[in-house]
Amino acid sequence: MDALQQLFIGFGMNCLLFVLTLVMALPLGLIITFGTMTKLKPLKWVMKTFVWIIRGTPLMLQLFIVLYAPGILWHHPVSNRMGAALVAFVINYAAYFSEIFRGGIESIPKGQYEAGQVLGLTKTQVFFKIVLFQVIKRITPPMGNEVITLVKDTALARVISVAEILQNAYRYASKGIIWPLFASGLYFLAFTGVLSILLSFVEKKLDYYKG
Amino acid sequence: MAILEVRDMCKSFGKTEVLKGVGFTMERGEVISILGSSGSGKTTLLRCINFLERADKGQVIVDGKVIFDGSDTAKKSPSEIRKAQLNFGMVFQQFNLFPQYNVLENVVLAPKLLAKERPDFKKHKKEILAEIETNARDVIDKVGLTEKLMNYPCELSGGQQQRVSIARALALNPKILFFDEPTSALDPELTGEILRVIRALADKKITMVIVTHEIGFARNVSDRIIFMDKGVVAEEGSPEEVIDNPKNERTREFLKLIEQK
Ligand SMILES: Nc1ncnc2c1ncn2[C@@H]1O[C@H](COP(=O)(O)OP(=O)(O)O)[C@@H](O)[C@H]1O
Ligand SMILES: [Mg+2]
Repeated sequence: MDALQQLFIGFGMNCLLFVLTLVMALPLGLIITFGTMTKLKPLKWVMKTFVWIIRGTPLMLQLFIVLYAPGILWHHPVSNRMGAALVAFVINYAAYFSEIFRGGIESIPKGQYEAGQVLGLTKTQVFFKIVLFQVIKRITPPMGNEVITLVKDTALARVISVAEILQNAYRYASKGIIWPLFASGLYFLAFTGVLSILLSFVEKKLDYYKG
Repeated sequence: MAILEVRDMCKSFGKTEVLKGVGFTMERGEVISILGSSGSGKTTLLRCINFLERADKGQVIVDGKVIFDGSDTAKKSPSEIRKAQLNFGMVFQQFNLFPQYNVLENVVLAPKLLAKERPDFKKHKKEILAEIETNARDVIDKVGLTEKLMNYPCELSGGQQQRVSIARALALNPKILFFDEPTSALDPELTGEILRVIRALADKKITMVIVTHEIGFARNVSDRIIFMDKGVVAEEGSPEEVIDNPKNERTREFLKLIEQK
């Protein structure tokens, strides 16, 4: 198989990891947000501590733990490396997303809720008809940054031997062939480039009002 | 019968007693202004009446029906509170318009959502929505903003935004409209347009409670003045009585201070 094709297959893994992480970490992040904002003090502190631990330790360490802990601690070795990578990525990114969501929700002035309330709206209507859109507008730029970081972070899956693009490129480099490393860089550039264009399009769309 | 009767409202935040038994009554079509120095509890009183805070004690009675009773141990359900709340409209100092909606959308949002709860909504959807929109255009016209119908709040001056928020409250046809310092967030040259709108509403016999520091305006527009001090009604009466011939020492001091400014 020629090198370009191998890189392409490898990058397929990165894309898969990216898409699956995004699809699962977004809703999970929202659930964590509600957990960190709840009035139930114990749940709130558990969630806050969880977010602190996940955000305060390297993703690489989390990858190792997800891969090795089940085998070493409970004698259930993990055979699916891609699955392990996905679990670590989803947890890690859900924690980051949850902080962005929380910041967005907390940035909406109390007056917006109160105005909705005196107009006879239910709590659900206030959230979905008034608050949610404003939150989305506010969190689009930080979410965009996080999503672009995720694209590049997928390369970290290599440390638990997921056959992603850098894993392949590295094999060539170790044989003295350098160009596949640069080629993988181009793959990432193309992907993040397209994402940036999409994101700035969304930001423009949301920019029809200020505030 | 009084349209509104507020009895013995008490409210504390932690150890701070903010309302210490405030009460007043008002008749349909009456305009009452509430004066009082900053921190005397005016905002808290309006918020308690409008269910934005829960008073510790006291009653709110609308058209003879008790809609709030602090001694009720059973908590009212959210839907009961919403229903009671709709007796009132509230205009905030900070406007609180919804920035993502244009003027017309800001005004029709709540009426449309409420209409969905009507049993005949599905059957007469078109007519109901058309009626809501006609009514919305009508109240927007009343506040003189027909030309800004499709503009977003960020494209309006503060005075225009406050007029939209008055229209938004009027669109639900509340029995009583409350204003909490409607001109305090505005540049002095913009207060006139708001006061003119409120004046016009008073001429149409809309029942209103206005918290304001515009003494001249209060004197001119109100049927009655309530002067609040440290969480109680210190003095109450016609504008002539309270503003021109205040009996209470605190009222006199307050009016003197305002005059100096
Ligand atoms: N949510 C709150 N928590 C604690 N104290 C409050 C709160 N709201 C108002 N207060 C206090 O209550 C007092 C009266 O406030 P307010 O009703 O806003 O007065 P006014 O509108 O007459 O200026 C002030 O001392 C204020 O600090
Ligand atoms: Mg106030």
